[in-house]
Amino acid sequence: MIARMLDGVPGRGLAVLAGLLAVLLAAPWVANDYVLTVLIIVLYSAYTGQAWNVMMGFAGQLSLGHAIYVGLGGYAAAALYVHFGVAPWLGLVAAVAIAAACGAVIGFLAFRFGVGGVYFAILTIAFAEFARIGFDHFRWVGASSGFFLPVANYTRNDLWNLRGDPTMFYYVMLALTVAAFAICHVLLKSRIGYYWQAIREDEVAARSLGIDTFRYKMYAIVLSAGMTAVAGVFFAFYYNNLFPEQVFHISRSIEMILGPIIGGIGTLFGPLVGALLLTGLSEAMQELLTALRLDVPGAKQVFYGLCLLVVVMALPGGVWPWVAGKLGLTGPRS
Amino acid sequence: MLRIENLDVFHGDAQALDDVSLEIDEGAIVAIVGANGAGKTSLIRTIAGMLRPARGRIAFRDTDITGWESYRVCNLGIGQVAEGRQVFPTLSVAENLDVGAMLPRARGAQTANLQRVFGLFPVLAERLAQPAGTLSGGEQQMLAIGRCLMGAPELVMFDEPSLGLAPAVVQQLLRTIRDLNREGLTCVLVEQNVAVSLKLAAHAYVLENGRITLAGPGEELLADDRVRRAYLGL
Repeated sequence: MIARMLDGVPGRGLAVLAGLLAVLLAAPWVANDYVLTVLIIVLYSAYTGQAWNVMMGFAGQLSLGHAIYVGLGGYAAAALYVHFGVAPWLGLVAAVAIAAACGAVIGFLAFRFGVGGVYFAILTIAFAEFARIGFDHFRWVGASSGFFLPVANYTRNDLWNLRGDPTMFYYVMLALTVAAFAICHVLLKSRIGYYWQAIREDEVAARSLGIDTFRYKMYAIVLSAGMTAVAGVFFAFYYNNLFPEQVFHISRSIEMILGPIIGGIGTLFGPLVGALLLTGLSEAMQELLTALRLDVPGAKQVFYGLCLLVVVMALPGGVWPWVAGKLGLTGPRS
Repeated sequence: MLRIENLDVFHGDAQALDDVSLEIDEGAIVAIVGANGAGKTSLIRTIAGMLRPARGRIAFRDTDITGWESYRVCNLGIGQVAEGRQVFPTLSVAENLDVGAMLPRARGAQTANLQRVFGLFPVLAERLAQPAGTLSGGEQQMLAIGRCLMGAPELVMFDEPSLGLAPAVVQQLLRTIRDLNREGLTCVLVEQNVAVSLKLAAHAYVLENGRITLAGPGEELLADDRVRRAYLGL
């Protein structure tokens, strides 16, 4: 392809990437349990942000109901584990299939009947709310009183059943994040990635060039839903409990999209940078408030709001493109 | 090459095209002129598969393409350069061209198509890495045409290519369209710039309120009293 001729990530960029990966791999040896827990949240946000980014950042379809895929994935794998003893890695397959099918239904309804923009976003919220209310009455998985995974006393890490200490979960989440990153990198440089970006930039022009926009938007929502469901499985086995009111709630969907927005929508590193900034800074602020013996309920939400405000006003493209430009790390859009 | 018979197209309740029939010969430049809202863009979009006709038939060569999806129409060799220079603004010039070149019919001939585009518009070769949104208006129009040519079309519909461009740039663009036609590309030219497009066209149609009211060789229409009064202000 023509754009390939311009490729070539600067050496500095690769060095920084390798350094970052080394730090993340070594983190459990130096970090205490608290820091490790925070890092798990950072990676979890980076992963879900990346999954959402596939739809909005790459293909330009705004979903405000991504919690539905986390919830469906989590409940599917947890129910299979609790009721039938199916290991989470096998349950994952079912979880991804169910979430992807749900995404396909939403996508088909919206894209076939020309529901776009704000109306599409509202449709995604509506489906997430249906799911929340539905699972509130779904007795098989505990309805509104929650669904719990057995927490046995384990003496060693059991990766196959995802039972173990935070270090194991940390590495699992790190592997998932790296995999999501690699998948997105490959996709962005392939035909499907170009088609997504063309649709994002100008859907009419994309159609006039012979792009089957319906099909490529469907690919985006199905992939994004499937990726998000994997995070749901992790969520279920890491926290060992699921409440419809919690996992399907719209605030989960919003939290998921803050990272990529602050880091840089449509960029590969945006979700990771945004997750680091948001989680890191908000945890630091919590620590500070605790040290000062201040108890401010809702401080985190206010903080998120302020971050969003600052970024939208000062760096509308997100933090990452700005940082990358300053440091000369990558091209303008990676 | 392209034959349209008794086409009716509606936007909701409003009729955009009313019993339109026309024919485009292989290797010709055909102009479609008319005022704003006469149905020119609706006609192009219907041919391209982006609007569905309520009645009528569209045939390309021997294939009935009525009601086909746009991606299938495109892959048959019918390209369009849409109104308003719709380049992908944050994608680079190279990436814009890439998107055009990914049409299945054009995938084998990418290098040759690229040479052709660079030959027509050398400035694009100098701006490969630049985001398309930062190009000048004329350069964006060149990119839009180049991107379309990367898809190896046999017939290209140009929708108002001169809109909002400086007169010197317009002259250059029309020369390019004429050159492309001499290389064998069949061109449909929709223009508000009636005098120039009629001079260029072998055959022309006048569209008024969704109906074809006049048809004939370009030079002949240029001499027609009604055309002179309505579109040339003479």
